[in-house]
Amino acid sequence: MPAANADIIRQLQREILPLQGFKPPTAGKAVDFHLGPIAAAFPNQTFPTGAVHEFISHTAQQSAATNGFLGGLLAPLMKNGGACLWITGKRTSFPPGFSIYGVSPDRLLFLDLREEKDRCWAMEEALKCEALTAVIGEISEIGFTGSRRLQLAVEQSRVTGFLLRHAPRHSGTVASVARWEISPLPSEPEEGLPGIGFPRWQTTLLKVRNGRPGSWVVEWSAGRFQFPEEAVQPGEPLGMPQITTLQTHHATHKRLTG
Amino acid sequence: MTTKSYTALWFRHLKTDWFQLRRPPLKDKPFVLSISDHGRKLVAAADPKAESQGIFRGATVADARAIIPGIEVLDDIPGLSDKLLGALAEWCIRFTPIAAVDAPDGLLLDTTGCSHLWGGDRPYLQAILTRLQARGYDVRGAMAGTIGAAWALARFGHQAVTPEPARQREELLRLPPAALRLEPATLEKLQKLGLVTAGHFAHMTRSVLRRRFGPQLLRRLDQAFGREEEFLQPLQPIEQYQERLPCLEPIATATGIGIALQRLLEALTKRVQKEGKGIREALLKAYRLDGKIEQQKIATNRPSDNAPHLFKLFELKIGEIEPDLGIELFTLEATKLEDLSPVQEELWAGDQGLEARPIAELLDQLTGRFGGQCIRRYLPDEHHWPERSIKPAPDLSVKPAIPWRTDRPRPTILLPQPIPIQVTAPVPDYPPLLFRHQGKVHRIKKADGPERIQREWWLEEGPHRDYYCVEDQDGARYWLFRSGHYTGDRNQQWFLHGYFP
Repeated sequence: MPAANADIIRQLQREILPLQGFKPPTAGKAVDFHLGPIAAAFPNQTFPTGAVHEFISHTAQQSAATNGFLGGLLAPLMKNGGACLWITGKRTSFPPGFSIYGVSPDRLLFLDLREEKDRCWAMEEALKCEALTAVIGEISEIGFTGSRRLQLAVEQSRVTGFLLRHAPRHSGTVASVARWEISPLPSEPEEGLPGIGFPRWQTTLLKVRNGRPGSWVVEWSAGRFQFPEEAVQPGEPLGMPQITTLQTHHATHKRLTG
Repeated sequence: MTTKSYTALWFRHLKTDWFQLRRPPLKDKPFVLSISDHGRKLVAAADPKAESQGIFRGATVADARAIIPGIEVLDDIPGLSDKLLGALAEWCIRFTPIAAVDAPDGLLLDTTGCSHLWGGDRPYLQAILTRLQARGYDVRGAMAGTIGAAWALARFGHQAVTPEPARQREELLRLPPAALRLEPATLEKLQKLGLVTAGHFAHMTRSVLRRRFGPQLLRRLDQAFGREEEFLQPLQPIEQYQERLPCLEPIATATGIGIALQRLLEALTKRVQKEGKGIREALLKAYRLDGKIEQQKIATNRPSDNAPHLFKLFELKIGEIEPDLGIELFTLEATKLEDLSPVQEELWAGDQGLEARPIAELLDQLTGRFGGQCIRRYLPDEHHWPERSIKPAPDLSVKPAIPWRTDRPRPTILLPQPIPIQVTAPVPDYPPLLFRHQGKVHRIKKADGPERIQREWWLEEGPHRDYYCVEDQDGARYWLFRSGHYTGDRNQQWFLHGYFP
């Protein structure tokens, strides 16, 4: 009997997921993000495109790390020649920095708007435009209603939206499919080589709709995300975001001793 | 070929009418406008009441005062009649697109093919005249097949409209020679010879007329009778791509304006489509009942013949049109057109890149709302200096001329202004041991560099920069540089310029 129930539950879940915005990618359109264990945290074991993701950052260092991680996500999304609109308040993003992630910086369109209200409007309009591959909006303060509008726009157009929230004053519920926080981690130099190694981040999924939040160490090398063997792989569900700092300390400690 | 039709308007008291409009008390008393000429005051214009007493243009003000002791004398405004005629001609564009100023006191309109909109020649001319008269101008007008005939009939004719060419000729022959726009010397000569109507000499041998009166008389005769073509100098160059929508009832609501706009756009895009062109800039003019013209302009990033898209751009601006009492005429003009390369319909819509039409349309919408300066796309430029290594792309279709460089590390966040930092750097040409930024000490654990970037001396003077990529104890990565050579004690020459991911 329990086996039959589990079957029914699985069947129901499969029906509910598309209704919640996790539509399976159309045939031939699946994009491989090389997200490895992170992808497993999402329903269907795939990184959801055609949805709004939310990235929280508190410092400029975190913003830079978020930009890097975003570059890694954009590259496979835009590899067929797609374009991305980046809505900024005060432009600090430096396009040439994205070329090492495989994103052609000339396909990034920047829209500078000082007012947050204007940025929200522009983001909603841009998300309705099916020809865009991704829309990035630097909107720190967005309410549930505002984000719901973005979600509705995205469900129609299947454009992937990224909300970059720098130092948000309140972290209430936002209608996004996932909430990320990317922090820089000390890099591991290659064997016998001086200097800085490949960029490495503590990637934390604070919230995932219908998924399992977690925290992973991600490195960008050889043109894709890598998951270093020696770094701690939590795997288990994560309750509190404080783990970010714990792991940073752990990694630092390890590097100093090892 | 359709027969031509011209309308001439003659403002008999243009300047005095205007003065009366400006100062209503002048309506009841005779007055003249004066100009100074060689120390005397001459009458530049006299109103009908003064004229009825025998005061005409060119008389001295002293004589005028002798005839009517209490006559009002006002100063003439130089250039007034040109200005007034220009404004009136612009106003007349509601009746015909080709309106010309006929200095010093008339207007000429090319009304070919316009009058049927008003239900025939007579109601059309009547509409023009009554509306001008209602505004307070003493105006006479005539419509004829040539400019010369219209001019003559407006000033000397008895009948307002003379449509048939045969009747027109007869009418013309009865008019005095002055109706042919001749020089005063020629007129005097004709008068002396007793040729007091055009009919007296119109049938004379051409060679005789030329010998006696010069070629000008023959030219004027030919122009009046349509043997020689005469051209107008239109006030506004003829707009090729213009659509007009006169409204029976004045429109004063946003919905009404929207509907008018949609109709105009459909007509214009249909026409533009046929010629394989697309609209880059369009101008909507709304002629209000009170004579003011409201304008709204849109521009697109690439040629478009998509009426719904163009409407969306105008839609944002409908709110800015003030209809006041109502709008009686809309004109939509494509001020800039470009060839539209035919696009193949996409079989599978998907990643179409920057050239995709919806992207251009989205950008139009954004620039329409926020202005063109806010959207930027960058191309690599051939400079190593970080601030100059990118340049804004002029439009969406430009591809990078040189590849993006990936051989040197570049941050994803570049500060608009490098921030001075305090560092401890014991060894020359080595990365610093630690730096202080916003009150926090960053101990540098790993570093790469230096990468020396010289300032381009042909662009600006100044020291070079030695860039270092450094990583601090928390794992954050920075882009620092030392400005100029290592000098030992000067601490202020280190800067933070960016953040690496």
